[in-house]
Amino acid sequence: MSSRLRGLDAFDPDGSGEQPCETSSSLAQQALTRVYEQDQRLRKNGSRVSDQPPDLSSKGKPRLLLMGQRRSGKSSISSVVFHKLPPSETLFLESTARIQKDTLPSFMDFQVWDFPGQIDIFDNPTFDIDAMFGEIGALIWVIDAQDDYLEAVARLNVTILNLQRTYPNIKIEVFIHKVDGLSDDYKLDIQRDITIRIQDELCDHGFENAPVTFHLTSIYNHSIFEAFSKVIQKLIPRLGILEAMLTNLCRTCRFEKAYLFDVLSKIYIATDSEPADMASYEICSDYIDVIIDVTEVYGSWPRTQKYREALEGPPWNQKIEDQVASGCAESCMVLSDGNKPIILREVNKYLALVAIMKEDSYDKMPLVNMNVEVVVQGVKEFFEITKPK
Amino acid sequence: MTDLEASVPSLGMSTDVRSELKKPKKKKVLLMGKSGSGKSSMRSIIFSNYIARDTRRLGATIDVDLSHVKFLGNLTLNLWDCGGQEAFMENYLSQQRVHVFSNVGVLIYVFDIESRDVDRDMATYVSIISALTQYSPTAKVYVLIHKMDLITPHAREAVFVDRVRLVRQKTSEFIQGAGYTGELDLIPFATSIWDQSLYKAWASIIHDLVPNLSVIESQLGSLGVLIEAEELLLFERTSFLVVSNWTSEEGQNNPTGDRQERISNILKHFKQSISRFTGTPRNAEQFTLMEHKAGSRFSMFACKFTTNTYLMVILPPGEARFNSAKLNCQIARESFKFLDGPVTPGQSYN
Repeated sequence: MSSRLRGLDAFDPDGSGEQPCETSSSLAQQALTRVYEQDQRLRKNGSRVSDQPPDLSSKGKPRLLLMGQRRSGKSSISSVVFHKLPPSETLFLESTARIQKDTLPSFMDFQVWDFPGQIDIFDNPTFDIDAMFGEIGALIWVIDAQDDYLEAVARLNVTILNLQRTYPNIKIEVFIHKVDGLSDDYKLDIQRDITIRIQDELCDHGFENAPVTFHLTSIYNHSIFEAFSKVIQKLIPRLGILEAMLTNLCRTCRFEKAYLFDVLSKIYIATDSEPADMASYEICSDYIDVIIDVTEVYGSWPRTQKYREALEGPPWNQKIEDQVASGCAESCMVLSDGNKPIILREVNKYLALVAIMKEDSYDKMPLVNMNVEVVVQGVKEFFEITKPK
Repeated sequence: MTDLEASVPSLGMSTDVRSELKKPKKKKVLLMGKSGSGKSSMRSIIFSNYIARDTRRLGATIDVDLSHVKFLGNLTLNLWDCGGQEAFMENYLSQQRVHVFSNVGVLIYVFDIESRDVDRDMATYVSIISALTQYSPTAKVYVLIHKMDLITPHAREAVFVDRVRLVRQKTSEFIQGAGYTGELDLIPFATSIWDQSLYKAWASIIHDLVPNLSVIESQLGSLGVLIEAEELLLFERTSFLVVSNWTSEEGQNNPTGDRQERISNILKHFKQSISRFTGTPRNAEQFTLMEHKAGSRFSMFACKFTTNTYLMVILPPGEARFNSAKLNCQIARESFKFLDGPVTPGQSYN
């Protein structure tokens, strides 16, 4: 097993360096267990848990559907976010002819379905609508903001109306895409115009509060990751508890901002209650990149056995595993500007906690590390408990 | 090592210590090549912290763009970025010949791999070389075959070797034709601003210019042995080029051959992210410490070392080893202070 933040496991090939979860019942664990039991009880009684996305825990993987007009940038989005294609390379992507299904091994295995824009699934009887939307997590509708969007909006309206009747729980996320290069005023004008057009149409058909959310995105900056973060967050059951844990950590350790990242896609799946700003997200996400890159250079090759023996010999006389403080990747950097530390802590193969600390708090690092450790254990237990059974 | 040989005559001049201290060493570095070959772009990336994308905004260089780049306190590079349009080129070769080509330490000649008119490029190159050998016969010549990203990856090696062969052939033709007796050894590099190859070339150029290099290297080596490091990299503060490095026996097994350039590239990009985050200028100092403990694989830290340098240390795992290495590096700062100060006469480089 190889982690992107730690590199190849040079000294223990079976991956036993992984620290086992603390089994002593911490406060966080008790709370989580309580929540879990409550959840189970509710389920048995047959009453629905309203704030939980449907079918998440019972049936397989949540699914993200990417839809929109042709050439609106759907395939580019999925390549950039999930396959790390540099944005400039997306010019060479071919047009998508059939539905592309991607399964992403991540903290929660979700699927991304990329629809070809030229096909209207409601006109075409060969599509099994129920199989498609039955297990859906969210529908992402991409609109090209640099093009005439009236037709896209009309088609989106038809789609929403069709879906609302049968699958009222589907979250609809509208990505107003390719907004790089547009002025801030113009961006907001477009967003307002599209919002009004869609909501008016839905109101006319009697859907007052349809779950439609709008995001301004571009693949050339971090806005697309930010938008995906918000979409994914809606799919996480009991997100509130994760957020509460992070908020608590921020308060205790006086962090400015903490993010829980999916390392592979650089989507953040939870953050504390402070308003998220793009700047802090960007720096945290770039920091993960740096650590991954450095680890690739120095952590990806096996050291010789002889060398290991020398390291374990005098004056240390300890096994390597006992010489390190933690089996997970821990990192920290101090900015010159205000001596602000940024810390990174690996949670598991897929997740990392990244936080920006207050000025001059590097001296308190040992204490902070202890607190972070507790939260990391809590997050691990959270995913253990909420894992689809 | 050139600096060792060169230090012998300067010992005799120790009476002139005062003026030596006042006037830091200036190396004239000529950056030449055809118009549009990417000279100003690479200069901006290396010394002004541009990102590759930003270089699109650069206009054509008119005549010579002079810049003084302070490097490690005691070395000032006198960088002559020479506009490559033909009118300028002719001017350098005729009216300004003495002015441009005298007292040159290094000539960096940039070839555009995509150039349509290779013969003409070669002709210009040969006339530049002839002027250089006339006025600065001791100058080193670096040939950068630039814009390699435009060639498909599997063909790069072949295209590069082929072009270098052509340049060498033209050079030796010139040497024979002109009856030039001196030695002319050119050092070729394949570069692109879109990956780390540019850092490799420039690190090597800088490496040859830094005074006291052997002292730095031996001190770095002893520090590395003392703290049981796997690798030490010493970076210059603004450009993040590797000035010197030391690798342990075990560290030499690392299969990543281009790791120095890669680390330069990674850290430099990250510096730009930090500057966006903090709103500080791109050239300002961005971080004082960065540490990463990758479980039981390795640990690493990069810290501000002397005023002009950063030190990056790769260590085997181990908390105690890590902390003591950090303290030891702080103590070692004293012994590296000479990197910032002016040249002391005994160690000067000419």
